[in-house]
Amino acid sequence: MNVAVCVKQIPDPADPGAIDPETKTLKRDVKLILDESDSYGVEMALQLVDAAGGGEVTLVSMAPNNEVNGLRTALAMGADKAILVSDDALAGSDALGTAKILAAAIARANPDLVLAATESSDGYTGTVPEQIAELMGLPSVTFAKEITVADGAVSVKRQTEAGFDQVECPLPAVVSVTAGVVEPRYPSFKGIMAAKSKPVEELGCADLGVDAGAVGWAGAGQDIVAIEEADARQAGEVIEDDGEAYQRVVGFLQELKVI
Amino acid sequence: MGTIWVHAEAAGDQVASTTLELLAKARTLSESVECVYGGDASGIAAQLGAHGATAVHATGDLGGALQGPSVAAAMAGAIAGGASPDAVLFGTTYDGRDVAGRLSVKLDAPVVTNVVDFDGDFVGIEPVFGGTINVKTANTSGKPKILLVRPKSFEAAESGGAPASISPLAVPDLGAAGAARVVDSFVEESEGPKLDEASIVVSGGRGLGESDKYAMVEQLASRLGAAAGASRAIVDAGWVPYSYQVGQTGKVVKPDVYIAAGISGATQHLVGMKGSKTIIAINKDPEAPIFGVADLGIVGDVHKVLPQLLEALGAAD
Repeated sequence: MNVAVCVKQIPDPADPGAIDPETKTLKRDVKLILDESDSYGVEMALQLVDAAGGGEVTLVSMAPNNEVNGLRTALAMGADKAILVSDDALAGSDALGTAKILAAAIARANPDLVLAATESSDGYTGTVPEQIAELMGLPSVTFAKEITVADGAVSVKRQTEAGFDQVECPLPAVVSVTAGVVEPRYPSFKGIMAAKSKPVEELGCADLGVDAGAVGWAGAGQDIVAIEEADARQAGEVIEDDGEAYQRVVGFLQELKVI
Repeated sequence: MGTIWVHAEAAGDQVASTTLELLAKARTLSESVECVYGGDASGIAAQLGAHGATAVHATGDLGGALQGPSVAAAMAGAIAGGASPDAVLFGTTYDGRDVAGRLSVKLDAPVVTNVVDFDGDFVGIEPVFGGTINVKTANTSGKPKILLVRPKSFEAAESGGAPASISPLAVPDLGAAGAARVVDSFVEESEGPKLDEASIVVSGGRGLGESDKYAMVEQLASRLGAAAGASRAIVDAGWVPYSYQVGQTGKVVKPDVYIAAGISGATQHLVGMKGSKTIIAINKDPEAPIFGVADLGIVGDVHKVLPQLLEALGAAD
C-alpha cells in the first residue's frame, strides 16, 4: 500500500513569530522545521505500510526557498522519498492555493491513502486536507483518532463533539489525524544517515501544470487589510507562595461566589 | 445587504450553540438569514426560527454520509441554480471545516478562518500570536464570502421569530467523493459539566509532573462543580484524552472562572482560554506567560498548593 503524507515545514514555534509588515504575512525566511503535528501522520503512514506488508511512504511538502530541513527529519523517521514544491510565485498562498499545489503533487505519487494533520501549528486553518480531497475527487475522513486499513478500505474512529463516530471509507481516500493518534518514533542515527541520500524531487508550479495565477498572492482572492495590536488582557495580582497562598485562592473563590 | 447563510448543526433536536451564535450575529447585519442543514430539519426549525432564521434549506437524512461532501455539493448546487448568498458562515467545528473546505473548492473561493468578529463587508478579524495581534482579511474574489468563525465569538440571542420554513435541498450525485459512511456513533460518558459549556474550568498541564498527579485537577473540578481540562502537552503525552484539550487545537472555553494548574501559558493554550472572565494560575515559574493573563497568579509548586487547596475546600475523593 502506498501512502502520501502532507508535511509542513514551519518556523520553530519556540521562537517568537513575526509578521512581515510589507506582506502582512508570517516571516518564513528563518530555518524551518517539521511541524510536530505532521510527525503523527508520518508515523501513522509508516505503521500502516508495515501492517499492509509493504509499500512506499512519500512525503509531500510546499515550502519556500527549497527548504528540506523538515523533510529530512521525516525521511529519518523512515519515509522513503519526498516531493517538494517550491516556487517564488507561491508566496502568499492561502489554504485553497496550497491545497491546489499539494493535490497536484500528491497525484504524481499516485497513493492509495493520503494522510495529513488536522491543521498546521502556524496557520491552523484546518481546511487543507478536505480541500485536497475535493480537488482530487476523493472521499475523506478528518479528525481520525484511530485508523486501520483492510480490504481496500480505511476504518476510522472520527472525533465528534460527543465522543466519536466509527466511519468506513473505501480507498483511495484522504484522512487527517489528530495529535496522539500514534506515538511518533525518534529517528535513529542510522535513519538520520540514510535520510541524507533519500530522493527529494523538487518541483515548481510549471512542473505541476498549475497556473501561477491560481496560487500565491495572485490567486488568493483575499487581501489582508490590516494588522493591529489587540487590546491586551491586563495581568492582575501575582503573589509568591509562602506556604499560605492557597488561602488567597480560597478567598478569591469566595469573592467570586464559586464557593 | 442580501441574504446570509448559516451552516446549521445539531445533535438530535438540539441546535449547536455555535449555530445560534452565528444566527445572532448574522441578524445584526441582515433581515434575510437562512440556514443550510445536512439532515432532517423538522425537529430544529422552531429553534432556528426563534433565533432569527427565516428559512432552513435541508438535505433530509443523509443516511450516514458525512456532511462535508454532501452539504458542500448541495450548497454549490443551489448557488449554481441561482441562490446568491452574500456570505456563508460556519462554526469552526469538525463538520463546519469540512463543508467550508469543500465548498471553497467548488466555488473556487477562499475561506477566511479563525474569525472572532466581522463587519458588514465580512472582513474577518483573526487574532494571532496568542491574541496580541489581530489580522483583518477581506475576501476580494467576488464570490460568496466563506467564513469559519470560532466558537463563543458571539452571544446567542432569541429574536422571537416563527419557526423557519423548511425547503428541501437536493444533494447532487457525489461520486467517489461521497463514499465515506458513519456506521456507528459513540458517546463518551463524562461526569460533570461539558468542558466548553462549564462556568468553571480547572485545567492541568506539564507542571503536574506525572500523569497520576492529574487526579488533583479532577478532584478540584469535582469539588467546585467544574469541568476538567488539559493543556496540549499532557494530551500529547497520553495522560488524558483529546476531548479534555483546551487550546488552539482543542476546545475554546469562556467560563466565569478558569483555574490553570501547572500550565505555562503557551500561545497554543492561551488562545483557547483567554476569553475567560476570571483566570487563576498556579505555576512555579514566575516568568510563565500565563501570569500575563491571570487575575490571580500564585508563583508556587502545584504539588504543595493544590493539596492545601483541596483540604481547605473539604474536597471529597
